[in-house]
Amino acid sequence: MDLSSIDLVTLVAALMVASTPILLAAIGELVVEKSGVLNLGVEGMMITGAITGFMGAVATGSPVFGFLFAALSGAGMAFLFGFLTQYLLSNQVATGLALTLFGLGLSSMLGQGYQGVRPPSTPRLDIPVLSDIPVLGQMFFSHDLMVYLSLVLIVLVWALLKFTRAGLILRAVGESHDAAHALGFKVVRIRMLAIMFGGACAGLGGAYLSLVRVPQWADGMTAGAGWIALAIVVFASWKPVWILVGAYLFGGMTVLQLKLQVANIPVPVEYLSMAPFVITILVMVVVSALRGPGFVGAPAALTKVFHASN
Amino acid sequence: MNLKTILTGATLALGVAVSAQANEVVKAGFIYVGVPGDGGWTYEHDQSRQAVEAYFGDEVETTYVESVPEGPDAERVMTQMALTGVDIIFTTSFGYMEATNNVAAKFPNVKFEHATGFMRNTPNVSTYSARFYEGRAVIGTIAGRMTKSNKIGYIGSFPIPEVIRGINSSYLSAKKVNPDVEMKVVWVYTWFDPAKEADAAQALIDDGVDVILQHTDSTAPLAKAADAGGVIGFGQASDMAAYAPAPRVSSIIDNWAPYYIQRVQDVMDGTWESTDTWDGISTGMVKIGDITDAVPADVKAEAMDLIAQMKAGTFSPFTGPINKQDGSVWLADGEVADDGTLAGMNFYVEGIVGDIPN
Repeated sequence: MDLSSIDLVTLVAALMVASTPILLAAIGELVVEKSGVLNLGVEGMMITGAITGFMGAVATGSPVFGFLFAALSGAGMAFLFGFLTQYLLSNQVATGLALTLFGLGLSSMLGQGYQGVRPPSTPRLDIPVLSDIPVLGQMFFSHDLMVYLSLVLIVLVWALLKFTRAGLILRAVGESHDAAHALGFKVVRIRMLAIMFGGACAGLGGAYLSLVRVPQWADGMTAGAGWIALAIVVFASWKPVWILVGAYLFGGMTVLQLKLQVANIPVPVEYLSMAPFVITILVMVVVSALRGPGFVGAPAALTKVFHASN
Repeated sequence: MNLKTILTGATLALGVAVSAQANEVVKAGFIYVGVPGDGGWTYEHDQSRQAVEAYFGDEVETTYVESVPEGPDAERVMTQMALTGVDIIFTTSFGYMEATNNVAAKFPNVKFEHATGFMRNTPNVSTYSARFYEGRAVIGTIAGRMTKSNKIGYIGSFPIPEVIRGINSSYLSAKKVNPDVEMKVVWVYTWFDPAKEADAAQALIDDGVDVILQHTDSTAPLAKAADAGGVIGFGQASDMAAYAPAPRVSSIIDNWAPYYIQRVQDVMDGTWESTDTWDGISTGMVKIGDITDAVPADVKAEAMDLIAQMKAGTFSPFTGPINKQDGSVWLADGEVADDGTLAGMNFYVEGIVGDIPN
């Protein structure tokens, strides 16, 4: 087997692009789940972001506005979910699923007339000096703004949860909303903010698909990326850095199997397509075995309904 | 007379009433594998469905179900459609083959038309397809002339005869005009997934490919080619004119409308029979989209000449001498491949590197 024919530089560069949509959606969902809410509507918010971002970019001619629209509409969809689950106390699983179905239908309706339209191209942002480094420059420092932003988000979320008071409050709400409430924190308000942050991130991820990775609009173009983002949150045992590992592993496998085919290396495609899922299951088994019985890793109040009268 | 016979009688009477009513308006149903908005395969089927409506006006009623997965679910959707009193059902993807035949066996009064398949188990099933490989020969010629890196990429959907035929045909034609040409095939195992198609196109471009052919339905590979610059591609199934004059330099267009109108007419006249139709450039079922100015005039003339020859029926892309990939002789000098071999094609021709996945 001759692996030398696979160019590592383009592999890593392509991997970062392929992973960014799920990375963005997953880091957003992580924050939501850390606050004790499970939003299964990631796919719906992503695809809504994909079309609104596309529409925004086409209308204004600026991808930046496109991403902004996408984040806003993702947050809007999430607000709907938050209003239903936090104020009207509807079931989170059912509401999340409904949000996905709603998003798929809404995006298909909004997308009428946008098929085959070319979006304005998102410029690559070569970081000065760093992008001139041979090999590493092309690998890591010659991407568009959103790739860097997604990495910055990971670091920010990690630092926020670990070192700040706000992060501590968010985690407290997710572990025991009753205790947090007793301490005087506004549980519902905090959760609403987390939910909307998650929606904005999912919207950005969707817009990255339609504006950079593909770049075009097509019905149902997220093709399950939102569900993969949800799986990656579990894979990462709710740790931001592991979100990065999970998303890049998944994106890497996707890109690698295509590269292997181009290089004519006879590895059955089926195994490579399966690999990310198998690895996810293995990691979860290993993690729970290491931490002893009863360990889940999920925030204790995840999916539990909160009402101040409890 | 017990209750059962009364009920049976009533049901029969009702059935007669329904079918009498159905005779006035012919109902045609369509099963789509993608969405009409894909800009490719399903888009053209839906355009042709609308052509049927426009042609017959009030005499016909059409319905469709989109994004029907190939597999057991297709059988459920077809059964449901048949139960609503549809007279003829067009199932527009290869993967519906078994499902179409299974459902057809249960509804002998409903006509079934299966696109690109070869199985006709009951007399109410017809198959129809287009000789897309004739179009592939034309774009293969353009590809062979246009490539500067001598590397042509091919995004394959599933390793089925239909797709393999297209790869062989375009490779043979490219090789004929450019002996140094190399074909890189990537299988994505989907008909429609823009993200995956874009990734595949990117992987090919990273490898130095500068002409991309595709057998998937979205415009994503063209969008990627536009982004990369210096890379050309072709519209697949539909014209994809939004990407003209470059990267889209020409296209293969499926034109199902005449066939659909004819078959619905046959149902109206009561002359419908199970048939196997395989038409190409000569009848207009396969059309070549406008060749843009990005293609040099002499190359364009060469392509137009090839189209004219196929229209006249004097040329087939699979004319010997052609060897199989392993070097064994497939067609002797001057021999033309028969339809049977073409329909079940499961091998690469000599010169293509790599294995066909199982």
